[in-house]
Amino acid sequence: MSSATGSGAAGGPSRVGSAVDAFLRIREASIVVVAILLVIYFQSVNENFLSKANLETLSQFIAASAIIACGEIMLLICGEIDLSVGQVFALAPFIMHFANTAGVPLVLAIILALLACALIGLLNGLITVMLSVPSFVTTLGTLFLINGFTLTISHGSPVQTGGSEAFADVMGAWGYSEILWAFLIVAIMHTALRQTRWGLHTIATGGNLTGAAEAGIHVNRIKVGNFVLTSVLGGFTGILEAFRIGSTDPLAGGTNIMFLAVAAGVIGGTPLAGGSGTIVGGLIGAIVLGVLRDGFTLQGINAFTFDMIIGAAILVAMVSNIHLGRLRGAGARR
Amino acid sequence: MNADALRAEEIVKRFGPLTALAGVSMHVKSGEILGILGDNGAGKSTLMKILTGFQPQTSGRLFVFGDEVELRSVDHARALGIECVYQDLALVNGLSVYHNMFLNRERLRRFPPRMLNNGSMRHRAREVLDDIGVNIPSVDVEVERLSGGQRQAIAVARAVSSDARILLLDEPLAAMGARESALIIDLILRLKARGNLSIIMIMHNYAQTLDIADRIMLMQRGTVTYEKAAGETSVPELMEIVRREYRALRSA
Repeated sequence: MSSATGSGAAGGPSRVGSAVDAFLRIREASIVVVAILLVIYFQSVNENFLSKANLETLSQFIAASAIIACGEIMLLICGEIDLSVGQVFALAPFIMHFANTAGVPLVLAIILALLACALIGLLNGLITVMLSVPSFVTTLGTLFLINGFTLTISHGSPVQTGGSEAFADVMGAWGYSEILWAFLIVAIMHTALRQTRWGLHTIATGGNLTGAAEAGIHVNRIKVGNFVLTSVLGGFTGILEAFRIGSTDPLAGGTNIMFLAVAAGVIGGTPLAGGSGTIVGGLIGAIVLGVLRDGFTLQGINAFTFDMIIGAAILVAMVSNIHLGRLRGAGARR
Repeated sequence: MNADALRAEEIVKRFGPLTALAGVSMHVKSGEILGILGDNGAGKSTLMKILTGFQPQTSGRLFVFGDEVELRSVDHARALGIECVYQDLALVNGLSVYHNMFLNRERLRRFPPRMLNNGSMRHRAREVLDDIGVNIPSVDVEVERLSGGQRQAIAVARAVSSDARILLLDEPLAAMGARESALIIDLILRLKARGNLSIIMIMHNYAQTLDIADRIMLMQRGTVTYEKAAGETSVPELMEIVRREYRALRSA
């Protein structure tokens, strides 16, 4: 980001060229373009795409993966990953349910469930940093562990989600409440990443682990904290979904939602290598995935095709990120 | 009258069965530049890590401006005015120059609370760099876009931007071309000219060390084997000592 505002690639300096240049230098730019193009495409093939009813459905496709992506992105930035978050997603509403049926008021039951999620995050984090187990392996283990635990306490069958109608509406049952939660959490996490020491130290931890430690940053604390954050966000999303659907399913979430969240982060411009990333990009990545799924569903294309398209989208996103990153670098050096 | 800024007595450091430092005593006076020379594995970096509070010594005593201290952490050493520039520079590539300069001592806003005060950090970073004569296009650039010499200068600027009184430099000229080296040597000498800063440098190049340092110290296999004012020794003399050790090892 030097004072030089490079010229258009095609030739002489032009205002359009430098505007395009400046836009391309924004990390999230390419994925925003993709999102807009997709919306235009789906609207053109099906005029109901931007209808009120479908926007509501679309928002629900997006919300869950966007919230969980916030946690995964923080972990990816500090050089870790959490594969177990989808199982925490399934466990949290059951803890809420059992606490509630045991007589604990619902709000308190939710807090209790989130505390349990925090504990799981703490476990993931401590095993990873204290015992030097790669987080991929740690959370692969806890993934099965939590899944088995949820299936055991639930006897494998779903239960009704309780609560008054008004409370359920706030917690996800009203059509747009989940996406509003997502926007709120994205805003908070974006600020946390860009405007607080926690965010800066998360980037430093992933960017230069030894260097960050030498500067006196408690890198282990940063990592464990982000594991806790991810688990809590995963559990909270599970609770929102339980209220939205009205029933709590032991097989909800799982690796599917976890991979969607990681994919949203990666498509949005957060590399797996650590040291950089963007929360807003994760939201846009989730929007792209949501638009793809919803758009293809409207068109009647089946789930198998959708998976192929997501796979291709991740590859295209990664390649273009690396490539545009190089262009950005060249632009800055000019 | 001139108390030692930093003094170490009989520092021993063991890693399990390995003795990295076998009783090292050293000191640096206020405003003095001490150059530490020695082969890889001589214990220079281990000594450095102890002096910065990164690792505790197994035994031995440390004094900072005459007071005995037990360095508990890097933060603790910093609070006492000891700053270090490691060989890897401890810079984070993806962060801007000013965020790197304030890494782990970020300035925060009064309102909204706990938020980074980027404006203040940017401004102060510019001030510090101008003050010590470091020339970079903008403090907003990510450090990965800078040259090796510029990165080293940023790391040094970070170390002296607080109230550092003792500056440790681990191989400040490693892997640097002639022009970049000259840039850093100038910077070190400018810092010395300010008078109140003591500098301990780990070095490899004898000629450069004798040029910059007031006093040199040679470390071999965990001990100090030679120590002299830079003006009273020479490159051939130093090389002779090292050659003697090397021959002794070979014939053994």
